[in-house]
Amino acid sequence: MPMCGTRDPIYFLGAFMRLEGEVRIPSGCAISAAISRKGRLFTGEAMIKAMETMHERSNGLGGGFAAYGIYPEYKDYYAFHVFFTDREARKETEAFLKDRFEVVDSSVIATRTIPEITDVPLIWRYFLSPLRSIVEREMIGEDEYTVRAVTRINSTINGAYVFSSGKNMGTFKAVGYPEDVGKFYRIDEIEGYSWTAHGRYPTNTPGWWGGAHPFSLLDFSVVHNGEISSYDANRRFVEMFGYRCSLQTDTEVITYILDYLIRRQGLTPEESANVIAAPFWSTIERKSEEERKRLTYLRTLYSSLLITGPFSIVLGFTGGIMALNDRLKLRSMVVGEHNDMVYVASEEAAVLAADRNAGSFYFPMGGEPVVVKVEGEV
Amino acid sequence: MIVDAQNRDYREVNEIIRSSKENIEVINPLGQRFLGAGLRERRVNVYGIAGNALGCYLDGGTVEVFGDAQDAVGDTMNSGRIIIHGSTGDALGYAMRGGRIYVEKNAGYRAGIHMKAYGDKCPVIVIGGRTGSFLGEYQAGGLIIVLGLDRGEYPISGYFTAAGMYGGRIFLRDPGEVLLQKEVEMRSAEKEEMEEIKEHISEWCTLFHMDEEKVLDAPFYVVSPKKGDTPRQKYVAN
Repeated sequence: MPMCGTRDPIYFLGAFMRLEGEVRIPSGCAISAAISRKGRLFTGEAMIKAMETMHERSNGLGGGFAAYGIYPEYKDYYAFHVFFTDREARKETEAFLKDRFEVVDSSVIATRTIPEITDVPLIWRYFLSPLRSIVEREMIGEDEYTVRAVTRINSTINGAYVFSSGKNMGTFKAVGYPEDVGKFYRIDEIEGYSWTAHGRYPTNTPGWWGGAHPFSLLDFSVVHNGEISSYDANRRFVEMFGYRCSLQTDTEVITYILDYLIRRQGLTPEESANVIAAPFWSTIERKSEEERKRLTYLRTLYSSLLITGPFSIVLGFTGGIMALNDRLKLRSMVVGEHNDMVYVASEEAAVLAADRNAGSFYFPMGGEPVVVKVEGEV
Repeated sequence: MIVDAQNRDYREVNEIIRSSKENIEVINPLGQRFLGAGLRERRVNVYGIAGNALGCYLDGGTVEVFGDAQDAVGDTMNSGRIIIHGSTGDALGYAMRGGRIYVEKNAGYRAGIHMKAYGDKCPVIVIGGRTGSFLGEYQAGGLIIVLGLDRGEYPISGYFTAAGMYGGRIFLRDPGEVLLQKEVEMRSAEKEEMEEIKEHISEWCTLFHMDEEKVLDAPFYVVSPKKGDTPRQKYVAN
């Protein structure tokens, strides 16, 4: 079966990194997630163990992590993580940012030099506060303002790519096996209350740094195992609302769909799941009248956002995660628990690698969202 | 012979199993794939979580797991026995064409997908708990028996049971309402059919220390293709 979240050659940033691996070999990506219901902070070490266990599901062409609650001292600022090919791209981007944001802090992201991770771009982090005068003049909220800035950089500045832009969260990704990417970004020293992780087995695009998962926009991040067949229908719809699918990969479009449904349309994560993995009409028919009306409404109103083809995803957001399979459940996914911790992974063994005392294993049905939230404030 | 799977990848563990002539006990497994693949004789016991494609192409040996198994248990197995003291993931007995699989608890989606039978080859799967959707999808032969024990509020087999099925039979114990595709039908099991599956249920009860009389004391139903149906339009319509 085909796999992992990508399609067609990359036009964007053609000269960016070494483009390799256009070999199509059947296998599957790996995803995992962990969250403390109590909002307790823990390092990414358990995630590295989980991903290491599923090594065969990746091919070394992409790995990444998203972590929430990691920048408490800067929690009110947008944290941009940016790849640059060179100094010129960085200077151009910084000039752009200074025009629109107060740059509260900027630095190189700390990494470990290891032989497994090569062709490393410049990787910078900026804590940003939108300039109020411009936000007010443009009459849009700060989130929308920031999304537009991200879109602008990613689609117009050659050699720059913003791969993380949320508050008090961050995405860390690279070309390599996920366990190596974790060591590279020193995630064993980073503490968050929630983590998602991905090991990539790209099939339709060459693996490169920006194309690794998680894909994120503001505080939404998506890790994805699968290959969606509705990409173009979905892309055409979200591009009407200002998103630009610059990477030609299906995971990117899932991130934009969820940002659109949850942030802009105000749906709950569960409702967004009923849109993208809408039940079959024959299944909807069997529901109670109220539920039938609700599901019919969502499926009809957002028919262009139905995602077909195999997928298992974990959506990360501030204060929670949502795990979801496609409605036919063409990918595997398991949920396990231990005390305040909830784990999600492509394989039960990965959950046990993260926490050998995990139990109460649950296998969600196709299209059945599993939403876990931190109790109280984060 | 005891094989400690800790910090060993699946190639190494399987190489040890293949090159040995003894029965094997795998301890500390953590999702290593293909355990017992193609085994002709001997026994492999696994103590812990077995990885994907456990006992694939099994050809006469016995694989017993004291723990859960993941996806595609018994993929394309030809003969032999697989026993799971726990639950399994998706695609249990994928394209299985002979042998026996006994699962103590639940199975995931697509249990028995593409199962087939020919001549004296008739594969059998017995599942103690419930299954996910698409049970017996595209089934062409063999027997699947789902007991549905301890399933609480859950249905015995999810949606789209026997989608695209065109051969073989699925036995469901006390199933309640089952959503079936138009190409299949469900009826009460006949007396001769109960005689036929009794040995499999009896074996399952022995393996998992369950009371056979109690298990048999419930109505059994049979799902099978409608007479005269041919393998066309087998995909679920949107």
